[in-house]
Amino acid sequence: MELGGEKTVNGKSRIVLPLCVGVAVLLVWHIAVRISHSYLTPTPLEVLRGIAELIQKGLLFKYMAASLFRVTCGFMLAVVIGVPAGLLLGWFQLAFQAFNPMLQILRPISPIAWIPLAISWFGISDAAPIFLIFLASVFPIAVSAIAAVQNMQPVYLRAARNFGLSGGELFRQVIFRASLPQIITGIRIALGVAWLVVVAAEMIAVNSGLGYLIIDARNAGKRYDLIVAGMVMIGLIGLVLDLIVRQLEKFDEVRWGYASRE
Amino acid sequence: MSAPAVVVRNLWMTFPAKRHGQPIAVLENVNAEVATGEFVCIVGPSGCGKSTLLNIIGGFVRATRGEVMVEGEPVDGPDPRRIFVFQENGVFPWLTVSENIGFGVRGKKEEERRRIVRHYTEMVSLTGFENAYPRELSGGMRQRVEIARALAANPDIIYMDEPFGALDFITRLKMRADLTRIWQSEKKTILFVTHDIEEAVQLADRVVVMSQRPATVKEVIPVGLPRPRDLDSHGYLETRDRIFHSMGMSLRIGENIA
Repeated sequence: MELGGEKTVNGKSRIVLPLCVGVAVLLVWHIAVRISHSYLTPTPLEVLRGIAELIQKGLLFKYMAASLFRVTCGFMLAVVIGVPAGLLLGWFQLAFQAFNPMLQILRPISPIAWIPLAISWFGISDAAPIFLIFLASVFPIAVSAIAAVQNMQPVYLRAARNFGLSGGELFRQVIFRASLPQIITGIRIALGVAWLVVVAAEMIAVNSGLGYLIIDARNAGKRYDLIVAGMVMIGLIGLVLDLIVRQLEKFDEVRWGYASRE
Repeated sequence: MSAPAVVVRNLWMTFPAKRHGQPIAVLENVNAEVATGEFVCIVGPSGCGKSTLLNIIGGFVRATRGEVMVEGEPVDGPDPRRIFVFQENGVFPWLTVSENIGFGVRGKKEEERRRIVRHYTEMVSLTGFENAYPRELSGGMRQRVEIARALAANPDIIYMDEPFGALDFITRLKMRADLTRIWQSEKKTILFVTHDIEEAVQLADRVVVMSQRPATVKEVIPVGLPRPRDLDSHGYLETRDRIFHSMGMSLRIGENIA
């Protein structure tokens, strides 16, 4: 960031410009609601009051915690299983040939389609959304790990073999390290999808969380201000999650793997 | 006189046919020898198979027919006693300069390892860059890291496959001078592949000239010039011209040699 290139983006404009867009969106939203007299749609101010009400009732943080807990569990499970599985499938040709077609069939099935089965297996409990989040995130993670190993620069492998590495040592010190940048990209994509899925799953499969908040606000009294308040919180948390995972890409051990945006 | 470091006997290499293609004969009855402690360059037109030859000697590729003996043993895969320096730079980008240079001595005690790393970091003039990552270095510096990593592992032989090919002219000249100095102090056997005739004459004790594909050894030309080498001397120019002619090329642009 500090070196080279034309500085078209400076610190100030990085904050001021998005802020201007934000204010403009709120303004258009407010005016549009007023002009159209659509009584069901809340104005930004009503949404803000809705958020305040949720905080007062102690619901907001409780539901946020519930959603984040489920995402964390399902997502961690997907990382723990998806990364090693992807590395192995990327490395062992025969295993890849055997499993890849099945993977490609399961992958395009939206996790939402699994909701009925998930409920039938796990009932109305945390296990159902955790399972759905796991399904949603394990495929992008595994697929990125597979691709990372398969596209690895052969020269790293040859150098490692030259220095006498084999087996687990070769896997840990070279194959995993060489694949890590692409795996982290997969993890970022997976977390985004997981956050999308938790909301959908909570609308149907449980009775807590931000997704439940939205569906409950609609069913019990058509509180559209609370619905939009839930949506706003989902967006904000999604942004924060992405910012956190983005930090992983800044570690020196993986920075080489990203085209220099610095 | 000890046994030769590398002996290549009646070596043939044919790559199997790809779809709709013919099998490609790359090496045809190659014979060569490298003495212990010697600096030998292999030169030949690009695409002639000299890299393939080095890869076979290094144990990365298996020959179709023939024999490669390294230090009296047939080659069966890569071996840490002989380190390969790659054309495309095989330095690990996820490790620092120090960690890369110490990669081949992972088994050693921490103190010993640190001493070795310091020694070779100094030798390739990278002191001060120990904690830098390869992406922060220039191409020449990265190649020096790879050479230091090879030396630190204390191999008997170093194989180099056009290691300076991607560098600019000035950097290349400097790297050759450095490599000569290091070779003189470390007394390693070096087998060095290049398509650059000048480079071969500047570096080698002997130059193995290969033909077009399917490649065979056309001629082995001893350089026999004292080091440091004077690039203007009569002997230098004479040797260079001899290699040019051996490769069937003219030194005058535009003239055709039948």
